[in-house]
Amino acid sequence: MKNILKYTFALLAIGFVSCEPEFDSPVTDDGFYTSGTANLSKYVSVGNSLTAGYADGALYITGQKNSYPNIMAQQFAFAGGGEFYQPLMNDNIGGLLLGGAQIAENRLVLAVDANGNPGPVRLEGTPTTDVSNKLSGSFNNMGVPGAKSFHLVAPGYGNVAGVPTGAANPYFARFASSESATVIGDAAAQNPTFFSLWIGNNDILSYATSGGVGVDQTGNLDPSTYGSNDITDPNVFASVYSQMVDALTAGGAKGVLINIPEVTSIPFFTTVPFAPLSPLNPDFGPQIPALNAQYALLNQAFAYLGVPERSIQFSMSGPSAVVVQDESLVDISAQLTQVLIGGGLDVPTATIFGLQYGQARQATSSDLLVLTSSSVIGTLNSDRLAQLIAMGVPQEQAAQLSVNGITYPMQDQWVLIPAEQQSISTAAASYNATIETLAGAKGLAFVDARAALARVANGGIAYDGGVLTSQFVTGGAFSLDGVHPTPRGYAYTANLIIRAINETYDATIPTVHIGNYATVTLANN
Amino acid sequence: MKKLILLAVFALASAVTYAGGYRVSLQGNKSLAMGHTGVAVINSSELVFFNPAGLVYLEDKFNVTAGMHGVFSNIAYQDAETGANARTDSPMGTPLYFYASYKATDWLAFGLGVYTPYGSSVEYEDDWAGSHLVNNIDLQAIYIQPTVSFKINDKLSFGGGPIYVTGSVNFNRNLNRTLTDLEGNRANVTIDASGVSSWGWVASAMFNPTDNLHIGATYRSEIILDAEDGDADFENVPNSPLTPFADTTFNASLPMPAEMTVGMSYDFCESWTVAFDFNRTFWNVYNSLDIDFKAEDIPDSKNARNYKNSSIYRFGVQYDATKMFTLRAGYYFDESPVREGYFAPETPRNDSNNFTAGLTVNIGEHLQIDASFLYSHFKEVDASYNYYFENGVAVPFSGTYKTNAFVPGLGLTYKL
Repeated sequence: MKNILKYTFALLAIGFVSCEPEFDSPVTDDGFYTSGTANLSKYVSVGNSLTAGYADGALYITGQKNSYPNIMAQQFAFAGGGEFYQPLMNDNIGGLLLGGAQIAENRLVLAVDANGNPGPVRLEGTPTTDVSNKLSGSFNNMGVPGAKSFHLVAPGYGNVAGVPTGAANPYFARFASSESATVIGDAAAQNPTFFSLWIGNNDILSYATSGGVGVDQTGNLDPSTYGSNDITDPNVFASVYSQMVDALTAGGAKGVLINIPEVTSIPFFTTVPFAPLSPLNPDFGPQIPALNAQYALLNQAFAYLGVPERSIQFSMSGPSAVVVQDESLVDISAQLTQVLIGGGLDVPTATIFGLQYGQARQATSSDLLVLTSSSVIGTLNSDRLAQLIAMGVPQEQAAQLSVNGITYPMQDQWVLIPAEQQSISTAAASYNATIETLAGAKGLAFVDARAALARVANGGIAYDGGVLTSQFVTGGAFSLDGVHPTPRGYAYTANLIIRAINETYDATIPTVHIGNYATVTLANN
Repeated sequence: MKKLILLAVFALASAVTYAGGYRVSLQGNKSLAMGHTGVAVINSSELVFFNPAGLVYLEDKFNVTAGMHGVFSNIAYQDAETGANARTDSPMGTPLYFYASYKATDWLAFGLGVYTPYGSSVEYEDDWAGSHLVNNIDLQAIYIQPTVSFKINDKLSFGGGPIYVTGSVNFNRNLNRTLTDLEGNRANVTIDASGVSSWGWVASAMFNPTDNLHIGATYRSEIILDAEDGDADFENVPNSPLTPFADTTFNASLPMPAEMTVGMSYDFCESWTVAFDFNRTFWNVYNSLDIDFKAEDIPDSKNARNYKNSSIYRFGVQYDATKMFTLRAGYYFDESPVREGYFAPETPRNDSNNFTAGLTVNIGEHLQIDASFLYSHFKEVDASYNYYFENGVAVPFSGTYKTNAFVPGLGLTYKL
C-alpha cells in the first residue's frame, strides 16, 4: 500500500512537471529564427519623425510603441535582439510644453461632428510632456521629429536653451546626452551592432508641406543659412549622410538604409482635388453667373495680352478648378492694369485686379493642393479683406474679392505647382542616388521606400483584412496628419525593412501581420 | 504487484484522455480508469450516468459514489510566420459527480445523478494574437438526473429519466484585432450568463446474453441552453458615435449535443473484465455560436462552428488483484468534431489519444476509495479558423497548436 502510494505520487509528479505541451520546434527556441551575418543584440535607429513613431500631427506613447523601429525590435528579439528603449512621451495626448507653455499641438483624432460627418480634430487636453524634463539614460530609438539630414550632425541640436529660437529641437532636447551633443554622436556612442538610418524626408518635405514657400537651396553649401522650409542642397545631403553612415559603421555595425518617398505618395498632397468647386454647393453655385461675368472682363485682357491660357471660368455643370497664384508665371500686373483701364474699368479697381491676377490662373491636374487647404478654399480671407479695405475698397466689393480660391487666388503655401514639384523630385532623386550608392558601397541593406509607398498610393497593398492604400482616413496607411503613417503603415514599413535585412544578411527574422496594427484613432472630445 | 503497477503507469504515460469540443468525459473515477467505458460494466452506481438500466443488477441495495477530477489542460500556440506565441494559463477545472442508487425490489431500482458532462475553461493571456476570437472562456453545465431502472428478467433491463440542466457561461474577447481607446487599451466584451436551465432525458437498456457478457446502450438527449438577457459588458471602447458599444444584454444558445453509447463488457478468469464502448456525439447541432446583442446599434456576433458528429472508441480493462485492490487501465481515441478551417482557439481540439489508469482500494466492506488518472495526447497540428470577418473580409487565424491535458481524480464509494 505504502509503495503503491509512493509510485502513484511519483507518477503524478512526473506528470505535473512534464505537463506543458512542447512543440517539435518552438519559435521561442534559440536558432529557430536567425540574424544571419548580422548581430541584432544592440539595435539603434536613427531618423526623424517617421523613426520616432510620430503620427496624427504629434508624438505620443502609443504611436511610439508602434514606431517601425519598435516593431522591428520586437521581431529582432526572436533572432538575438536585445532590449529596445525609446524616449517615451509622458502621455497619449501628444503636444509639448516648454516651461509650462505649450509649444507643440495635441494629436489629431477622428471625431464625428453634429451632422454625423467624421473628420480630424485636435484632441482636447493639456499635454504633460515638458521639454525641460530631461530623460536620463540612452535610447535605442534616436528618431527626432522635424530633423533634417544636417541637423543630425549639428552640435547643440538638443540644447533646451535653443528651443525657443528654433536653433534646437524640443524632441532631441528631452534626451540629448549633453547641450552640445549631436544626434549621430549619441547614436554612435551606444556602440550599436545594428542600425537603421532613415533621414532626408524633411529636407524636401517641409518645403512641400508649406506649398513651396521656401527656397530650393541647391547650390548653397551652407545649411546654416537655410530657412526651415528650404530644400537642402544634394551635395550637403550627400556629405552629411556619408558622415553619418561612417559614424554608425565605425564599430563594424551592420545596418539598413531607407530612401525617401515621393511626396505625391502621401495624402497630404493627394486628398484635396484641384477642382473642388461644385455648382451644387449652395454657397457657390448661384454666384457662378456673376463671377463668370466679372472674369469675362479679365479673360478679354488675358487674351489681348497673349496669355489666354490664364482665363478663369467656372462651370455650371461640373466641378471647377480653384484660382491659384503661380509665382512661376510672368508677372503681368502692370500690363493687366493698363489693359483693364483701356477697357473702361476705373483706375482703382483695375489696379487691384492687376495686382490680384497678375500671376493667377485656374489650377490644373498638375497642381497639388495641400491637405490643410481644404478648410480654406471658398472661405473669406480676412487678411486680404483688411488689406483691400485699407486700400480704400468699399467693404462689400472688398469681401467679394477676398474669397479664397474663387476670387482671391490660393496663395503659394496652399499649392504645389509643377515647378515646385520638379524642385522636390530632382532633390529627392539625388538624395536617393546617394543613399542607394552608399548602401551598395558599404554592403548595407537598402529599402526602396519610394517604390513601396508608390505601390501603396497606386492600387494599394493587399493584406489579410483588406487593402492598404494612401486614401486619407479610410486607406489605413496614413494617420490624420496626411503625412505620417498609422501603426499599420509603420508595420508595413517594418516588414519592408525586415525583408531587406533578411535578404542582405541571410537572416530569417519574422515579419508581422499588418492587420494586427491599428489605423486612425476614433474619439469625440 | 509492484511491477504490474509500474507497467501500467508507463503505458499510461504515453496516452491521453479528453473529449472533443467542450465535452468533458469525466463522469466517474472507476469508469475513467477504464478509458471511460461503462455502458456495459456493472460495478458501481456510476451506472446512473453510463447506463441507468444496469442499476438494477448491482449487488448492493444502496450505493453512493462521489468524486472529482482536477483537469490540468494546456494549450500552446505559435505562428512561425510572425513568431507570435501563447500558452494558456487556464485554471484547474474541477468536474464533480455524485451518484446514488437504491434497489427497491429485485426488479426495480431508483437512482440520482449529478454530473458535469460539458464545460470548458480556457484562459489565454489578454490581448494575445488570437484575442479577437477569445481571451478567456468559462463554460459550465450541471446535469441533475433522477432515474428509474427495472428488469424484465435476468437478461434484459431498461432504465432512464429526465435531466435538468443548469449552466453558466462567461466569455471575453477583444472586439476586433485593433480597436483601442485613446490610451491604447484593447476594446473588449465580456458576456456573462448564469442560471441558464433546460430539460432533457436519458434512456438505456442492458442485455446480458450470458453471466459474463453484458451489452448496453444509452442515449442522452440534446439539450440546448438558451441564455436570455445575459450581461454584455463592453470595455475600453473609444468615445465615438462610430463605436456605439454601450453595455447591453444578450441572448445566445449553446447546445449540449445528444450522445449515443453502445458497448459490451466481458468477465473472464474470475477477476478480469474487459470493456468496449463506442460513443457517437451529435455535434452537428453546434452550427454557429450567435450572440444577439439587445442594443440595436451593436451588430450581432456570428461565429461559425459547423461541427460534425464525432465518434469515440473506448477500451478498458479491470483486474481484481486482491481483495483490497482493483486495478484498471484503458485507452480511447477521441475524434475531433471540428472541421478543417473551423479550428477556433477557445476549443482547439484535434483528434486525441487518451490513456487512463486507476485503482480502487477497498477499505472494509462498505467503503472504497477510487482513484484515476487520464492523460490526453494531441498531435501538434497546423490549423486555422477561417470564419472571422473584418469589414466583410474573412481574416483567417492560423498557427500551430499543441494541446494536452492530464486529469487526476479521486472518489469515494459507499455501499450497503
